[in-house]
Amino acid sequence: MNTAAIKQWSWRDTLGVYLREAEFQFWSVVRMPGFALPSLLFPTMFYVFFGLLFGKSGDSSTATYMLGSFGTFGIMGPALFGFGVGVAMDRERGILALKRVAPLPPMAYLFAKAAMAMLFALVIVLILFVLGALFGGAALPRAEWWLLAITLVIGSLPFCALGLAVGLHVGGQASAAIINLIYLPMSFLSGLWVPLSLMPHWLQELARIFPAYHLGEIALSVLHMDDGSRFLTHLIYLAVFTVVCLWFAAGGWRRIQDR
Amino acid sequence: MGNIADTRAPIAVLKSVTKRYGPVTAVDKLSLDIRRGEVLALLGPNGAGKTTSVNLLLDLAWPASGSVELFGLSPREVAARRRIGAMLQGAQLGGHARVHEVIALQSGYYLNPLSLTETLHTAGLDGLEHRPVTKLSGGQKQRLLFALAICGNSELLFLDEPTVGLDVEARRGFWSSIRRLKEQGRSIVLTTHYIEEADALADRIVVINRGRVIAAGTPAEIKRTVAQRHIRCITKLKVAQIQTLPEVTSVNQEGERLDIVAARPESVLFEMLKLDPALHDLEVTGAKLEEAFLALTDEDHEEQAA
Repeated sequence: MNTAAIKQWSWRDTLGVYLREAEFQFWSVVRMPGFALPSLLFPTMFYVFFGLLFGKSGDSSTATYMLGSFGTFGIMGPALFGFGVGVAMDRERGILALKRVAPLPPMAYLFAKAAMAMLFALVIVLILFVLGALFGGAALPRAEWWLLAITLVIGSLPFCALGLAVGLHVGGQASAAIINLIYLPMSFLSGLWVPLSLMPHWLQELARIFPAYHLGEIALSVLHMDDGSRFLTHLIYLAVFTVVCLWFAAGGWRRIQDR
Repeated sequence: MGNIADTRAPIAVLKSVTKRYGPVTAVDKLSLDIRRGEVLALLGPNGAGKTTSVNLLLDLAWPASGSVELFGLSPREVAARRRIGAMLQGAQLGGHARVHEVIALQSGYYLNPLSLTETLHTAGLDGLEHRPVTKLSGGQKQRLLFALAICGNSELLFLDEPTVGLDVEARRGFWSSIRRLKEQGRSIVLTTHYIEEADALADRIVVINRGRVIAAGTPAEIKRTVAQRHIRCITKLKVAQIQTLPEVTSVNQEGERLDIVAARPESVLFEMLKLDPALHDLEVTGAKLEEAFLALTDEDHEEQAA
């Protein structure tokens, strides 16, 4: 214990904490089949059904379009469940309290969860890309593959914020129900399963209130398949949405901190 | 760790702290000092405010008034929390991580952690390092929580009801682990509602009831404050006469016998036998810490009712 006074905590130690926290999070998620499998399987399955099997043969536009729409659907899952259910469970099981008592920068915990959501997003996007290119005839300029992947991976952050706001306000069981109630209807109403152009006008108007619609349009604009609405509007919406979610999350956090 | 001069200086302080949950005052203007190198037991019945006191020291609860200090810092400071380790009540470790991974993650938060082997050994988890946490028994999970508290090699440890729900043997195992930590010079704050646990481990006991400190001292002192002995005997001595003897708290006539309550029965009896060698049917019943504790909390309740 004497050396404690001599050794100083350095930024390297802090960096190590961040990385180890993310690594630990990675392994616990990978080993949890109830999270990893559906997160990867559902978007893959939907893409195969709607994008590849339903699409007209010889026409690659459906397979390409749905890289954007099901890509958006896919990356929302790990972000919403990882944060929404993950944080609520950690809180309920007293794990969050253990982390708070430990000399751990609070951001390290959030960083680990966000890194995990983004890593899963990347894996989902890559699976869809491989399927789309191999079986759907999707062919994009190399820059567009990259741009779409980066858009979707970074695009998971607003949904991390939404998940966090839910996870800090409700219990473990309730959070799973609430996240599902947000995730699935919002995906449909944002035109991620069926293009909005096939839906009644009022549903097309309603879609504008959902963040999934806005990220979907940004993703589709990379593919030049968006509905022609303004790119900047989507970006501003997502930024404001993220800030509002973080504001709600901060309220939940303040409430939790004082047990 | 530290020099001799500050041995008696408190390393953690609650100063007149009040904490309310709605209409319930969990902790009521409570003050507490934790000194370097001591094992301090917070003893009290369930709901007395022990866990709240610990939570206040750990920044898990915020005081309505009063101040909290850990090593002269706010417990919110990471620098302060690097010097403590805590075993919290009711934390449910789960997931598919293995024991050594969970410990390694926690150790990594500290500057100078114990080695994995040392942590496992002190916590009595030898040979279980590769076991997934979900496959541990209840007692083993409790040991893992204990391991997480000690793995940082911290100077000050908070153990909130560390042995609750354990069988006698497992409890003894915990006790020897705690004694080993104390021998290494660590300070330990232990909450418990087991009197024998406080008696067996603590240098100092603070009895808490209804959010207030109702007694504090060494286990012996706590026993002495209320650990009155009952002397029952038949004697020709008069009640008033015995009442004048030193150390006698009260005298009652119970039929032909007298019931004398005294802090030190030996000296009282010595005096009585000098005055009445024919004294007979003698019975001295002791009070264990258990009784002392009950007496303390009872008195407290009576005062509240009055």
